[in-house]
Amino acid sequence: MLKIRMLPIAVFAVIIGVFPWAARIVPGIGNYPDLMVFAGIYCLITIGLSLLMGYAGQISLGQAAFFGIGAYTSGILTVTYGLNPWPCMLIGMIVAALVAVLVGVPSLKLRGHYLAMATLAFGIIVFIVFNEEVDWTGGPDGMSGIPGLSLFGFNFASLERYYYLVWFFVFAAFIFTINVIQSRAGRALRAIHASQAASMAMGIDVSRYKIAVFVYSAVLASLAGSLYAHYMNFINPSTFDLFFSIKLLIMISFGGMRDIWGAIIGAFLVTFLSFEWLHFFEEAEVVVYGIILLLVTIFLPHGLAGVPRIVKGWFRS
Amino acid sequence: MEVQKTDTILEVEDIIMSFGGLLALANLNFDVQKSRIKAIIGPNGAGKTTLFNIITGVFPPTEGSVRFKGNAIEKLKAHEIARRGISRTFQTVELFTNMTVLENVMVGLHTRMRSSLIASGLRLPQVLSKEEQMRERANEILDFIGLVDKSEESADSLPLGERKLLEIGRALATEPELACLDEPAAGLNESETQAAADLIKRIKDRGITVLLVEHDMKVVMNISDEIMVLNYGEKIAEGSPEEIQNNPEVIEAYLGGGEDYA
Repeated sequence: MLKIRMLPIAVFAVIIGVFPWAARIVPGIGNYPDLMVFAGIYCLITIGLSLLMGYAGQISLGQAAFFGIGAYTSGILTVTYGLNPWPCMLIGMIVAALVAVLVGVPSLKLRGHYLAMATLAFGIIVFIVFNEEVDWTGGPDGMSGIPGLSLFGFNFASLERYYYLVWFFVFAAFIFTINVIQSRAGRALRAIHASQAASMAMGIDVSRYKIAVFVYSAVLASLAGSLYAHYMNFINPSTFDLFFSIKLLIMISFGGMRDIWGAIIGAFLVTFLSFEWLHFFEEAEVVVYGIILLLVTIFLPHGLAGVPRIVKGWFRS
Repeated sequence: MEVQKTDTILEVEDIIMSFGGLLALANLNFDVQKSRIKAIIGPNGAGKTTLFNIITGVFPPTEGSVRFKGNAIEKLKAHEIARRGISRTFQTVELFTNMTVLENVMVGLHTRMRSSLIASGLRLPQVLSKEEQMRERANEILDFIGLVDKSEESADSLPLGERKLLEIGRALATEPELACLDEPAAGLNESETQAAADLIKRIKDRGITVLLVEHDMKVVMNISDEIMVLNYGEKIAEGSPEEIQNNPEVIEAYLGGGEDYA
């Protein structure tokens, strides 16, 4: 049975819960809660992406675009039209879902990596739209004045409050995803990954499942985008370029795509590497990513989430 | 023996299948009667697996029609055909190796016990009770195929004989009316072969029609009600095991093809 234990999730939740207090006391990590907000936002994207890559066996090079669709939908609707941010967030998710259906249906009906191609093109197009539709998006200068979030008079303006808000969404998505994996639908996805021919012989509509997972990943990315926009209060197109899509794939590869924990670990690692630990390399940062990716692929084919199994193997022999 | 048309579950009519220039099946016609075991034999490359692939919707035939319970199915997709009640196993065992024995059978129950994605994500009570029902049902099937004590083992860890049984069990989980078994005894030792043959007979006793592709002539002659012989994509004989054993054309095809005929 695919068992995902609840204990590690509870432990993880406690760590996330007390972290802001620890950051106040322990010297040198005062800025970490801020990084953790970003890590949480990236986790939302990688949870969906890991389901798509690890379970449906498909690659998306356009997740940055869905992230951008969420951010810009929230930005435009709140700044230009003055709407309440919460319904805008929902609208962003619906828009992302519709776009994912449009991109996914033709490419996922085919076997092979057509989705990677389609999403690559789609990501580039969306990036151009963000840059060129100056009246809507503000173009390369970006869009500022995006309001913060508040709910029933409770304001999420402070860093710590926003931190808990983001992590609330991450845990909700994480647990929802785990439940799906452990259900009939999750078994169908794992079946598709193991043998497409046998899955179809069991009556599983393979392309429908692939599309559903792709849509789910797009919806999560869009939610992440909205949270990003309301946190930064400013967005510009460069956040949503192709390199960010690739960075998301790096997160998944680091963490490992066989395990949903891999999505979390990878998002954390890359966030801290890029914001904190790799500053030293400046322009050569990309090269360091490349080297790490190479090492992980060679020595840890199941990513960092696969390490416990390797260690267990040592003790057994 | 004249069989009443009402008992026909599968009708294959004028099937032609060509891959590029290669004619894999040439104008094939046959019926399968309900609740019987029909075997398809023939030398390698005779078109047996191609025929299975057409019946189960892996690809459509170049020409001709397949009717299941009176309805044309040759244009349907594989998963749609599975839902209508035709299940199959594969010549090269295609288990879900990333799952346990029990889970493999539970995937077979996929279309018979539905639950929505959102309800699953929220882990609603009805999802949990349905999941429990699925486990029970899957365990019944494992009991039927004799693998109930291995339910929590990885499907990958089973020996070939049990993997073949599990694949049959998984096919049964879809609640088929017609089970297409592609070489269920291939690669098995004598006792494993016996277990597979027994299982196929018990499947028939449950009222499930079996279409069987098999090279082991002892199995075929022992359990089949009817046999059809294919050679180079053409039907060269059809009849009871006795009739087939004494058919000179069949003997010729087998000896001429250089195959052992036991």
